[in-house]
Amino acid sequence: MARQIGGVILDLKNISLRFGGVKALTDISFDVREHEIRAIIGPNGAGKSSMLNVINGVYRPQEGEIIFRGEHRRDMDTHAAAEAGIARTFQNIALFKGMTVLDNLMAGRNLKMKANFLQHAFWWGPAKREELAHRRKVEEVIDFLDIEHIRKTPVGRLPYGLQKRVELGRALAAEPQILLLDEPMAGMNVEEKQDMCRFILDVNDQLGTTIVLIEHDMGVVMDISDRVVVLDYGKKIGDGVPDEVKSNPEVIAAYLGTQH
Amino acid sequence: MAAGSEASALDASSIDTFPRLLVHHARTRADAPAMREKDMGIWQSWSWSAVADEVAALACGLAELGFKRGDRLAIIGDNRPRLYWSMCAAQILGGVPVPLYQDAVAQEMVFVLLDADIRIAIVEDQEQVDKLLEVREQCPQLQHILYDDPRGLRHYTQPFIHGMDEVLAMGRIHNANQPDFVVEEIARGRADDVSIMLYTSGTTGKPKGVCQTHAAFIAAARGGMAVDHLAADGDILSYLPMAWVGDHLFSYAQALVAGFTVNCPESAETVMIDMREIGPSYYFAPPRVFENLLTQVMIRMEDAGRIKRSMFHAFMAVAKRCGAELLDGRPVSGADRLLYALGNFFVYGPLRNVLGMSRIRVAYTAGAAIGPDLFKFYRSIGINLKQFYGQTETCAYVCLQPDRQIKYDSVGKPAPGVEINIADNGEILVKGPMLLKEYYKRPDATAESINADGYFMTGDAGFLDDDGHLKIIDRAKDVGKLAGGAMFAPNYIENKLKFFPHIKEAVCFGHDRDMVCAFINIDMGAVGNWAERRGLAYSGYTDLAGKPEVYELIEKCVEEVNAELGRDAMVADTQVHRFLVLHKELDPDDDELTRTRKVRRGFVAEKYAVLIEALYGGKPSQFIETEVKFEDGRKGKVAADLVIRDVKTFAQGAA
Repeated sequence: MARQIGGVILDLKNISLRFGGVKALTDISFDVREHEIRAIIGPNGAGKSSMLNVINGVYRPQEGEIIFRGEHRRDMDTHAAAEAGIARTFQNIALFKGMTVLDNLMAGRNLKMKANFLQHAFWWGPAKREELAHRRKVEEVIDFLDIEHIRKTPVGRLPYGLQKRVELGRALAAEPQILLLDEPMAGMNVEEKQDMCRFILDVNDQLGTTIVLIEHDMGVVMDISDRVVVLDYGKKIGDGVPDEVKSNPEVIAAYLGTQH
Repeated sequence: MAAGSEASALDASSIDTFPRLLVHHARTRADAPAMREKDMGIWQSWSWSAVADEVAALACGLAELGFKRGDRLAIIGDNRPRLYWSMCAAQILGGVPVPLYQDAVAQEMVFVLLDADIRIAIVEDQEQVDKLLEVREQCPQLQHILYDDPRGLRHYTQPFIHGMDEVLAMGRIHNANQPDFVVEEIARGRADDVSIMLYTSGTTGKPKGVCQTHAAFIAAARGGMAVDHLAADGDILSYLPMAWVGDHLFSYAQALVAGFTVNCPESAETVMIDMREIGPSYYFAPPRVFENLLTQVMIRMEDAGRIKRSMFHAFMAVAKRCGAELLDGRPVSGADRLLYALGNFFVYGPLRNVLGMSRIRVAYTAGAAIGPDLFKFYRSIGINLKQFYGQTETCAYVCLQPDRQIKYDSVGKPAPGVEINIADNGEILVKGPMLLKEYYKRPDATAESINADGYFMTGDAGFLDDDGHLKIIDRAKDVGKLAGGAMFAPNYIENKLKFFPHIKEAVCFGHDRDMVCAFINIDMGAVGNWAERRGLAYSGYTDLAGKPEVYELIEKCVEEVNAELGRDAMVADTQVHRFLVLHKELDPDDDELTRTRKVRRGFVAEKYAVLIEALYGGKPSQFIETEVKFEDGRKGKVAADLVIRDVKTFAQGAA
């Protein structure tokens, strides 16, 4: 692999998140390096999705610090996170079901559109030039994900596996530096999982995108991740390369059950 | 591209090689569109002069890599402009392009790569590069692999793998330094040089490389143009495998002779969408594609609202009554003409548009028999669908149906320049300028296929009717006899079965037996939809195929076929007595079908011998476990307990 894992791009320090008396995350620290594939695993309710929500600013942790590209923050803000190049997909697909694949992907470039409302309304001057440029980017994503044949199909009519792929496309359209994937392979059959793995690896390798993913399929996680962090009841119980994590007795007891 | 001035003096009809035809178009119609491809969502086009430039650069690039006169160039991939250009580039250098079926697994390619001594291969993408790398050890003579689409190939650092961009750049420099090189190479080409090698699909034994000359394909192309009045302003959508003789005739030979525009779809999945966007004037598809299109239309009509559905059915009844007659120019009553005009406005026109066939002047089908109802359906909605007949060995050019002389059960009249003779055993023999030069390195097979009088033996059984139209019955070797002595033409029965949208494939047995029995493959799309409509849950093909409800459905189809067979004395004895629905789809990856999706009868009979035994042994069911190959080369097993059903048969004339 030509891809070089770089320095730390995102550093999470002593993050604690509470909802009233419920401790979702307790004193969690880990980092994400540039160009790596970082997995977060753990049993249901371990706080994995909450962790992603902290990273892109949906939740504000009560304690802790986030260092993104050397910039210290108390918490992230969703808009700032998106502008800074953090994109994500969701556990339950978040797309506009009535809109076509193409329009959904164009929506993914929303933040990069600079022309004003009136210019867009009349599709005039800068708005037209801009849209053509964005369309070009979106077509590259379509080509990348092999979804030419559904370009003009409303998302709601697509099978689940393809919707998942489109959601990845919507996130990619924003040309993110960090891509957060929340269970990208949940509910897929073997073939769809293989395709999705291929796409994740290609995104990472060819576009150099850093990836943080939550996934329950241990085969997949151990195969494609560079490093894995393990959560249980909101606490970090393991962190390291797949082989380390697999042989960590605490992780086996809490989550893996048997040695994979 | 600079070329000798003598070529311009010639008129198109006397040009005798494909590179010279390209030069001719580049000179006389430099800015007319030669080729289009949808890329990044936008149709890109190339004029004839642009194509000529690219082809010249590619030829020079190939020469730099050491490609010489007489060498063979493997071409593997979907229909891409640059792959078509590679054919012409090889021909400029006096080499022979050898297109391979792009969906073949790597091991299947080994035979052709070795047989044709391939040193240079031009492939579409990473998938094909990977296949060639997989078999590289077995093919030591393979020296260079060129790829069109660089995606995913960034890390392939092997020195023998080159991007086409790189080779084209090299070629352009070569062409600038030696501008006469290409001109001289083109001038050296002769009409009787081999222009292409197409491998037969190998229904029997190993594939054979059929060597065709420029003269043969140009004669076939000109003959077809004369019959159908093809002109330079046409458009064709090229989506069928480049290794198939039909695509080579339509998308390469005729496109270069007539000078119409070749359109390459974005991907195999987008063909329907691309077809609607391009609106080709000239279209070719095997019966299977027309069948799938009709099935889709019917499924969608069933999902449509009540008003639309009843309108569709009412006007389709009108079309059935007089549509084909109108197309043939036969007399039709004024009232029907009026109704048809209305139908054309409300139903047929929009339907043609949905199918992407609004601008079709001629559509062809061949490769297998087409069900008469299916054929008639397209003609009745105003699409000039016709049949032709031909083989790889005859440049897919033997018979064509002339306009307005369409008989549903014939493949038309002998094409210009073709002589037809029927042997005593019913085998069709043909002679003409389009015959193969030879089978590559197989003088024995060449001698076997051409008889003492110079006729090629097609292996098909048929006869010429009173009007001189050729009718095909079956493969000559497949026509057998029941134990009772009645003629048994399995294809004939299978085609009748396959006309039902729920049946995708059928294999009939009966030679030397006392009755006819059949294997059935259900059509996953049609039957799946049918099952969903009834709230019938199923987990996959095997499960669905075994459902008693599905058996009921198929039994009704078989019964209808029996009733039809019962009406005709010739075939009344060959009604299907027992059948079963196979637990897996017949698949070329498992060698059960050829790459052109024809059943390999002998292989299937051998593989499923236990099932045939059960059919004739009177058993009510039979367990079977079968190994299947997946696309990526992995293997798995499918097992099922197959139920066998008896079907009602009809006394002759009773139904």
